[in-house]
Amino acid sequence: MQRHSLTKALFVLPCLLAFVMVMLVPFFYGLFYSLTDWNGVSDSINFIGFAHFGRVFTQPGFLYSFLVTIAYTAINVVLVNVVGFALALLVTGNLRFRNFYRAGFFAPYLIGGIVLGYIWQFIFNNAVPALGAALASQSMQVSLLSRADAVIWAMSAVNTWQYAGYVMLIFIAAIQAIPVSLMEAAKIDGAGYFRRVTRILIPMTANAFTITLFLTLTTSFKQYDMNFTLTRGGPAARFLDQPVNASQLLAMNIFNTAQANHMAEAQAKAVILFVALVVVSLVQVSINKRKEVEQ
Amino acid sequence: MTRRRLAAKVLAEALVVLLLAVFLIPFAMVVVNSAKTSKDILFHTLDLPANWGQLFVNIGLIFNNRTVHYANAFLDSALITFFSLAVIVLFSSMCAWALVRTKSAWSTILFFAFVAAMVIPFQVLMFPLVRWMRVLGDLIHFKLLQSIPGMVFAYLGFGCPLSIFILHGFIKNIPYELEESATIDGCSQARTFFEIVFPLLQPIIITVLILNGIWIWNDYLLPLLMLGSNGAVQTIPVAVTAFAGAYLKQWDLILTSTLIAMLPVIVLYLFAQRYIIKGMIEGAIK
Repeated sequence: MQRHSLTKALFVLPCLLAFVMVMLVPFFYGLFYSLTDWNGVSDSINFIGFAHFGRVFTQPGFLYSFLVTIAYTAINVVLVNVVGFALALLVTGNLRFRNFYRAGFFAPYLIGGIVLGYIWQFIFNNAVPALGAALASQSMQVSLLSRADAVIWAMSAVNTWQYAGYVMLIFIAAIQAIPVSLMEAAKIDGAGYFRRVTRILIPMTANAFTITLFLTLTTSFKQYDMNFTLTRGGPAARFLDQPVNASQLLAMNIFNTAQANHMAEAQAKAVILFVALVVVSLVQVSINKRKEVEQ
Repeated sequence: MTRRRLAAKVLAEALVVLLLAVFLIPFAMVVVNSAKTSKDILFHTLDLPANWGQLFVNIGLIFNNRTVHYANAFLDSALITFFSLAVIVLFSSMCAWALVRTKSAWSTILFFAFVAAMVIPFQVLMFPLVRWMRVLGDLIHFKLLQSIPGMVFAYLGFGCPLSIFILHGFIKNIPYELEESATIDGCSQARTFFEIVFPLLQPIIITVLILNGIWIWNDYLLPLLMLGSNGAVQTIPVAVTAFAGAYLKQWDLILTSTLIAMLPVIVLYLFAQRYIIKGMIEGAIK
């Protein structure tokens, strides 16, 4: 028996070692640094308490990033899930090439945020205006990425394009797990398509919604790559009488703060992001779980 | 009634084809414009290329560029992805199995720690990580920053929580009797795992490979911070941003470099599409 538990301990060791070294230790350092005056250059690091946490909430740039990230996340959660669910409904229907369609809708998920940011920057800044010129449409010739009021929506559209196919696959798995007899019985009882979707499909896929809402929420909240290559935070906007970057999400605000050698302040902002993320996702999961139980 | 149903079916087919076109047009835009000169891209954005041979001229420009070593980045990305996936699959399966088959407070605490760590955003630990990797590297006299083994080690650490979580759920449903009889026959624990359990994990390992593979190949911030923006070791996403930074608005180069970055993934997807979709759906239920 002794020997058995030794084997198992050795089996756990490689993952545990890597996990502790690259996640746990830096995580606790990260919490600690947020309470110091670390600047990334000097080796002397002094404890200063919660000073950064009070200060960052007086910065219009940070407040704006925080609010715009919440708005962006809310838009994404709705758009990605509605589109993903609609796609799942379509491709679980009686179509001829449904596997082909599934593969096509999922394809954008394979492309990373960096690459697709450039692709869509080209589409918004070059392809759409060219189409606008061909159609003699004035409004299409102004890039959405240069309009402070529209840029978040453009980013959400790109995000939906990337994640809807992935979310669709999760919904497909859930829909396929519903017994066919249930849908057939409802059909015989005279329930129309819309009724069958709202009364059977959506309640029966409640556990899938728990997963997809969690995924869309957390990925939007932490988004950096696509934000960086699509807009770099631009265009300029004003908030509380101060100049801010219209599409600078929280993750980019953190990164730029650190690049300006305000490491400890960046850490404090990151800790705020972490706490917000935990609170929001705990609320989301507990609401969804309650909905699952009610069914 | 049948007529209405037929109409609905035709409508659904038309809708799905239209949507698919919307989803795939961006890919077409990249391919078409990668085969143009930068002047043609600006003045004939929506036209088909005048000469498809330009595509190979552009690809040549990318690979022969002196500022960004694209071929090296390609090789480094491939090596990092390959070795990271190998260690993630091997060690996560071993760890998940040991955790499932040990009934103790420790195994519960460890599993909980792995799962809980999944909510930690990368932003909280990315800067301390770089500092810590430098300190740790000096301590053990092994270069963890700007090195491929260092990247692989980091990906094992960041990739194993989700992988262990997925594998844990799968292993729980494997009947214990299989292993029990092997143990009674005198099979050691390690052999039981490698000869009986590991082969059974194959379907879920595909899921683990796909999820981690897509993430690692496309990951940006971790290689940027650990390898630097223009170091000796570089990954594809970092090289693409280096291109875009050095050749501002030169869409012939930028689009071609994105095309080359996507190509391996797309080709793999075309061949293994059925397994990838199936693996993703299987992973979703767990």
